[in-house]
Amino acid sequence: MSLFNIFSISGSAMSAESLRLNTTASNLANAQSIGSSEATTYRAKNPVFAAMMQSLQGDNVSFGVEVKGVVDSTTPLETRYQPEHPMANEEGYVFLPNVNVVDEMANMISASRAYQSNVEVLNTSKQLMMATLRLGQ
Amino acid sequence: MPNIIDKAIGIMPEHLSVYGKRSSLLASNIANANTPGYKARDIDFRAALAQAGGEQMALKTTRGNHIADAGSTMSGPEILYRTPLQPSLDGNTVDSQQEKARFTENAIRYQSTLTFLGGKFTSLKLAIKGE
Repeated sequence: MSLFNIFSISGSAMSAESLRLNTTASNLANAQSIGSSEATTYRAKNPVFAAMMQSLQGDNVSFGVEVKGVVDSTTPLETRYQPEHPMANEEGYVFLPNVNVVDEMANMISASRAYQSNVEVLNTSKQLMMATLRLGQ
Repeated sequence: MPNIIDKAIGIMPEHLSVYGKRSSLLASNIANANTPGYKARDIDFRAALAQAGGEQMALKTTRGNHIADAGSTMSGPEILYRTPLQPSLDGNTVDSQQEKARFTENAIRYQSTLTFLGGKFTSLKLAIKGE
């Protein structure tokens, strides 16, 4: 029954999208986490998605979503000359996280919309399956 | 007796199976809307149905001691790739709106086939009971 596959496919997509939402929340929360060195400053995190083969049962090839990992953004950090700041280094510079708030907001909306679509797919499939089970009654 | 029932329900179970497969494919397309490099796929319903209803691809036995195959199950409907209307930079060819529309359409077709099938069963029951 191919409809059963949908539960794992959409489920994996939902967990991947919620992870994206999580990293976005973390990025937005730390948008102002100033650090005193390049190594200790927060870097924007992005999940890496990949298609995951869900089943190769005969003719039925379908893909779920796999999260390959969460990578740190390589965009250079912004430095600011602020000698009076308590986190400033010896030269008087502080490091700002490379979080782009506009990017994160767009990411957030995209993730929540994708999550919604997967919920709808799941719901429709559930209704179809229930209708199939009631067949002939 | 099973013959009568088979005749009454006709090709509808194959319809349901193809719609089921298609909905799982469309669900994977929607699920991978944000996966870089993922290519959206779909099956041609008419071709898939012809394959499901028609003869199975069987191996020919030309000698008496050849082993006949038990009916190949690997030959399913051909899964084709969609041609994207607006290709994206990351190689993903999923158009969420299109996929959602197709998924809904497919679900309604599944639902209507189910309703027809249910009707067949109801009339069979009526005939059996002689009401």
